[in-house]
Amino acid sequence: MKQSLFESRHKAEWERFALVLERLEHGKDTTQVAGFPKAYRRLCQHLALAQARGYSSFLIDSLQQQVLRGHQQLYRHRSHLGANLLSFVLADFPRLVRAEWRFVLAAGLLFFGSLIGVAVLVYGFPDLIYSLIPADQVREMQGMYDPVAGHLGRPVERAASEDWVMFGYYVMHNIGIAFQTFASGLLLGVGSAFFLFYNGMVIGAVAGHLSEIGYGQTFWSFVIAHGAFELTAIALAGAAGLQLGWALIAPGRLTRSEALQRAARKSVLLVCGVMLFLLIAAFIEAYWSSKTSVTPLTKYLVGAGLWVLVAVYLLFAGRTRHAPE
Amino acid sequence: MLELTAPPRKAPLAPPLDTRYQAETPEGIDLPLRPAGLMVRALAFTIDLGLRGVIMGVLFIALAFLGKLGMGLGSLLLFAISWWYMVLFEVLRQGRSPGKQWMGLRVVHDDGTPVGWSASLLRNLLRFVDLLPFGYFLGALSCLHHPTFKRLGDIAAGTLVVYSERPLTRPQLPEAEPRRAPIALTLKEQRAVLAFAERQSELSPARVNELAALLAQPLHVSAPKAVAELNGIARGLLGPT
Repeated sequence: MKQSLFESRHKAEWERFALVLERLEHGKDTTQVAGFPKAYRRLCQHLALAQARGYSSFLIDSLQQQVLRGHQQLYRHRSHLGANLLSFVLADFPRLVRAEWRFVLAAGLLFFGSLIGVAVLVYGFPDLIYSLIPADQVREMQGMYDPVAGHLGRPVERAASEDWVMFGYYVMHNIGIAFQTFASGLLLGVGSAFFLFYNGMVIGAVAGHLSEIGYGQTFWSFVIAHGAFELTAIALAGAAGLQLGWALIAPGRLTRSEALQRAARKSVLLVCGVMLFLLIAAFIEAYWSSKTSVTPLTKYLVGAGLWVLVAVYLLFAGRTRHAPE
Repeated sequence: MLELTAPPRKAPLAPPLDTRYQAETPEGIDLPLRPAGLMVRALAFTIDLGLRGVIMGVLFIALAFLGKLGMGLGSLLLFAISWWYMVLFEVLRQGRSPGKQWMGLRVVHDDGTPVGWSASLLRNLLRFVDLLPFGYFLGALSCLHHPTFKRLGDIAAGTLVVYSERPLTRPQLPEAEPRRAPIALTLKEQRAVLAFAERQSELSPARVNELAALLAQPLHVSAPKAVAELNGIARGLLGPT
């Protein structure tokens, strides 16, 4: 068949297809597009015919463009996010954490290990703090948690607007750190390991120092509640990063890029969970941890309760398959 | 050079000479995508960066009047804009951030489908590594090295930055009497003759004559008449002879 005959025969069909395409691309009324997949496959057939018959470049290129646009409307990657947030929170996220327990364990050991280790060291050898953290930052830290000031460095009970400031600040700061810890895992996992160790070290040094100089009460009662979510989240972000790095170090039977892509798809879900955790943590930190009207004992009890809650959630949520799915 | 038959069914496609990237669809069609290189992507990023700066500047001035509440909102905004600007634009606007749109680029998955939440989030989170150790050094290295110009985030997320397709205009074929080719043409030769006719208006007359003269001998015509002969054959291939 000659090209001009081919074109005149199918022209009307192509024009109709272009109209439907336009409508789909602009997300308009999508009621009259039932025949779209069929029309798309016919167009594919026309393109194949045109190529096999050596028709002109213009015809082939324009058919190719239509097919490409049609392809983008017809096929989508199924998104695991957002679509079922509830089941992600209730079951999928803790399941994923348990499935990747090796990385979670490694990241947890690195982070909490360096945290506790450095805290004990600084408690035992007080001068060590000055080799880990600059002196003026130490002074600032001491001012914030001075029990004599009694209000976590602020003169009176904070106004609601100030809680809001701190909430914004915590969200930005903490999620930023978690993202860094995750992303740097791409450097063969070294980056994640470094950030886990480093953040653990800094937090541990501060904790050890403040306990040693007798500010323990104000410090621990402040951090215990939101720490449950915040510290766990940092460790999980590190686990996600280590997963990326491990895919590069030991890709198994896949090519490195393929292994990386698969690991990345799983780890991005972990990161979404981490973001949720950090939002909760920022909320607690801004609105509960800073309250000075609550006795330290209550804070310890609530904090311990939250740690148990996080542990129970990660260990046991979603073990049985029912209701939410 | 003469290709007499179609290639066998499962023969691997010859890799294209240019940087086109073929994505095969379930229908067995190869979609040519044109990956965008480092320079144009850097320009698109610069535009986005400037735009973000302007947005933040304006918002901060507005928020400064709100006092403490404004400060809280400001840091939330800073967070949202620095980490979510790209993701939101890419997912909600078919892979185009304003800078990419300006430069005629878009982000797609490796298989040509529009980029989704998880891939977009991933490629933008891993931007942090591409930025290391300073000014997109790793990203630029990876982009220059990779056959489809991917930075590290793109490799991990399985995404591709490609040129958006531009609408084509029908080329005007030169007037000539349709005629049959004196010899049987292979598919490739047929395409070449048609392309010669379609692209004639973009070439200088001297170049057109020079190109056509190459075929004067096999067509058994004198060199000056070769152009008219080729146009005639092209017309003949398109329509009735």
